[in-house]
Amino acid sequence: MNATSTGPGVVSTPGTPLVEISHLDKSYGAFKALEDMQFELRPGEVHVLFGENGAGKSTLIQIICGVQNYDSGEYRLFGEALTGLTPAMAHEKGVSIVFQEFSLIPDMTVEENLFLGHEMTGGWRLAKSAMRAKVQSVLSRLGFHLDPAARVSSLRRAHQQMVEIAKALLWDCRVLILDEPTASLTDQEAAQLFDIIEQLRDEGLGIIYVSHRMPEITRLADRITVLRDGKYIATVNQCDTSEKELVQLMTGRSFENFFPHIERTPGETVLTFDNVTLQSGLAENLSFEVRRGEVLGFAGLAGCGKSEVLRAAFGLERIATGRITANGVALEKHNPRKALSNRICYFPSDRSTEGLAMHQSLTFNSTIAALDDPVFSRGKTLLNRRAERGFTEKMIDKLKIRTPGLTAKADQLSGGNKQKLMIARGLSREFDVFLFDEPTVGVDIQAKLEIYDVIKALTEEGKAVVIASSELAEVMHMSHRVLVMREGHIVGELDGEDVTENAVLSHFFDHESESQAEEHHAP
Amino acid sequence: MTAIAASQPSRLGRVMKAIGILPVVLLITCVLLALYEPRFLRTSNLINVLRNASFLAIISAGQMLVIIVGGFDISVGAIVALTSVSSALSMAGLTSMGVESAPMIVFLGCLGGLIPALIVGVANGFFVSVMKISPFMVTIGTMTMAAGIAGYVTGGTPIYDMPELFTREIGRGRLMELPYVVYAAVIVLMVLWYMQTQTRLGRYFYAVGGNEKASRLSGLNTRKYIWLAYILSALLAGIVGIFLTARVGSGEATLGSNLMLESISVAVIGGVALKGGVGRIQMVALSAIFLSVLSNGMSLARIDSKYHIIIIGLVIIIAVAAESYRENRRSGHV
Repeated sequence: MNATSTGPGVVSTPGTPLVEISHLDKSYGAFKALEDMQFELRPGEVHVLFGENGAGKSTLIQIICGVQNYDSGEYRLFGEALTGLTPAMAHEKGVSIVFQEFSLIPDMTVEENLFLGHEMTGGWRLAKSAMRAKVQSVLSRLGFHLDPAARVSSLRRAHQQMVEIAKALLWDCRVLILDEPTASLTDQEAAQLFDIIEQLRDEGLGIIYVSHRMPEITRLADRITVLRDGKYIATVNQCDTSEKELVQLMTGRSFENFFPHIERTPGETVLTFDNVTLQSGLAENLSFEVRRGEVLGFAGLAGCGKSEVLRAAFGLERIATGRITANGVALEKHNPRKALSNRICYFPSDRSTEGLAMHQSLTFNSTIAALDDPVFSRGKTLLNRRAERGFTEKMIDKLKIRTPGLTAKADQLSGGNKQKLMIARGLSREFDVFLFDEPTVGVDIQAKLEIYDVIKALTEEGKAVVIASSELAEVMHMSHRVLVMREGHIVGELDGEDVTENAVLSHFFDHESESQAEEHHAP
Repeated sequence: MTAIAASQPSRLGRVMKAIGILPVVLLITCVLLALYEPRFLRTSNLINVLRNASFLAIISAGQMLVIIVGGFDISVGAIVALTSVSSALSMAGLTSMGVESAPMIVFLGCLGGLIPALIVGVANGFFVSVMKISPFMVTIGTMTMAAGIAGYVTGGTPIYDMPELFTREIGRGRLMELPYVVYAAVIVLMVLWYMQTQTRLGRYFYAVGGNEKASRLSGLNTRKYIWLAYILSALLAGIVGIFLTARVGSGEATLGSNLMLESISVAVIGGVALKGGVGRIQMVALSAIFLSVLSNGMSLARIDSKYHIIIIGLVIIIAVAAESYRENRRSGHV
C-alpha cells in the first residue's frame, strides 16, 4: 500500500484543524456504531468519508453536527473540546450540513425553509424583505434557478436538493458537511454543485463529503478517510491512491469485476406495452416487450419519464391511451393488486415513502406482500409467525442484510439494507417480472454488488427484470437491452453488443436542445 | 431548466386559490338566507350570529394552533366547563368572604377560572411533547378528568352569587351595539394573525407541524412549540368559558359540552389540515361565522335541532374530502 496513513499528530498542518476526533466510541444498545474513531478536518480541504452502509459515516457526521451524542472519546471543534453539542449550537459555531434525507418542511415556501430556525427579525416582526434579498443573493451565487416563493412540496426532487444545499450555505460557515448531495441531481446540476464546492474550499472552508460515487471522489477529494464496520481504517491523500485501493480498503477484499456477467436466455414475452400514453403526460407512445431471462434497462436523465414507465407497469399511473398486456391478457384499469396477481413485482426508488413501513419490524416488512400465501398463514385468517420468522432469517442470511435483529424497525437500517429488505419482500412470493426503479440509489458499493447478484440470480432463473436507472454505467452493464428515454419518449433501443456508452449518450440529448441548454447556462 | 412551475392557472383560478372556496360559500349562504328568511337580516339576529361566531372563533383559534403543530385538543370543551365552575366558585367564595369591591372579585374570579385551564393546558402539552403520548389519548384523559372535577365540585347544580358587574355588564353589556365577546374575538384574531404572518413563533408552529424531525435538525426546540400550542389552546378555551359563564349568569359543569366537536369542525372547514403544518386564522374566523350562520339559518327555518347536527356533519365531511382531493391532485398520485 503506497498510501500515507496520516493519523493525527503524524502530519503537521498549518493552523489548527477545524474538526478533530479521537478515540470516539458510540453504541446503540449492543450495536457498536463507532469504535475508536478518529478523524481530522483542516481548513481548505474536501475530506471524503468513504465506507459501506453501516460503516458509521452517518453516525460520525451526526456527531459532528450535534444531532447525536457520543459515549466516550474526544471531539474538538475549532480547537475547543466539546460535550453536549446541540444542532443549534453547532450551527451557531459555523457547522452547516446538507442532509441525505430531506430536512425540509413540504408545506412551507423555499424562502421559509431556508431561514427556518434563523429568521431575520426587526423587533418582533420578521424582516421579510431583508430575507428575500438574502435568498436572492445566495441563489444567484449558487446559480440555482429557484423561485423563493414556491412551495417545497411543488418542487421536483432535484430542486428540493438544491434548496437543501442553499439552506446550508445561507449563513457563513466554516465546516460544511454534504451527505451524498448528488443522489438526485442530474449530471449538469451536479457539475454546478462541484464548482461551488471547489469555490468554497478555496475560500478556506473545511468540507466533509460523503459519497459512494468514484468520479466525484476523484474530482473533489483532497483526503479520504475510509471506515469499515464502525472502525477507522485509514486516511489517504487522494493523489496517492486509486479507486482499486479505496475499494480494497473499504471492503477488505479485492475489487475485480464490478458488474456481474448475466447469462441471456430470452424466453417468452411476459409484459407488453402497446403504444401507451400516460394521463399525466410524463411518458407517451410507449411500445416495448419484456421477456423472461433477460434484463431490460431504461436509461435517461432524471425526469425523462423512465420511472413513470415502471410505475405504469405496476398500475401506479393512469393510462390515457394504449394497452398493457401481461402474459397475453390485457390489463384493463390497471392497479397494484392486479399487477401483483399477474406476478409483477415493483421496487420503488423512494423507499421511505413508498417502499417500507418504516416503523414496523423487518419481519413485518418482508412478508407483508405475501400474507395471503398459504406458506405464511394458518387457515384463512391466522398468521404463521414461525414461517414469517423463518423466511426473514433466511433472507437476512441470503441478502446479507445488516440488522440488530429480526424485530428491528425498518428505519433503523441503512440505505442499502433498506433496499435489500425490499428485495426480500419481492422474493416472498412467486413473481415473473421484477421492476427496479433506481435499484442502487443511495447505496454503497458492497450493497450494490449484492443487489447486482440478486438481479443476476433472478434473471438466470428465467425471470424478467426491468431496471430504470440514472446511473449510466449501471444500466449499460446490467442490461441486455437498453431503451433510452428523453422527455417522455423512447428515443432509442440498443441491443447486446450495441450497448455502449457513446451510443447511449448520443440518444440522451437532443442535439439541438443541448446546444440551447449550453447557451442558457453560459454565465 | 426552470424551477418555476410551468402551468400558470387562469386568473379566476388564481384568485380562487388565494381566497379559497369558503368566502364564496359563506356569501351564497347569507344571500340565500336573506332572500328566504328576511328575519335573518334583523340587527338583533345578526348580533346573535356574531356573538355565537365569536365564541366559536376564539375556541377554534386554539384548536387550530394545536392542529397546526400536528395534534388535537379534545379537552377544550371540558376546559370551558372547568373554567366556568371554578370562576363562579371563586367569585361566590370571595363574595361570602366579605370582599366588597366588585371589580376585584371579577378580576380574581376570572383568574381563578383561568388557572385550572392553564394547568390542563400545561399537562396536555407536557404529555404530548415530552412524554410523546398520542395527543388524542392525552386530551381524552384530561377532558374526562376536567369534566369529572367540574361535576364533582358543583354536585350537578349551577352556581350563582356572582357580582352584577360580571353577569350583567360583561355577560349582556354592549359597546357600540356589540357584545364584549365580539371585541375579545377580534383581538384574539388580530394577535394570532400577526403572530402567524409576522413573527418567528408563528412560523415555528407551522414548521413543527409540517415536519417535526426537520425542524429539530434546523435547531428548533420542537417540544417548546408543541407545548405552547396546547397551553394557548387551553387558555383560549378558558376565556370562552368565562364569557359563557357571564352570559348564562351561572357556573355550570355542562357548559361547552358541544364546543370540542364544533371547534374541530370549524378548524377543518377553515382549511386547517389534520396532518399539521397548514392553517390560517382568518379562514378559521370565516369558518366560525359560516357555521354560526348555518345553524342560525336552520333555526330560523324551524328545522329541528336534531337535523342541525346531521347537516353540520355532512358539511365537515365535504370539507375534509375537498382537502384530501386537493392534496392528492397536487401530489399527483393515483
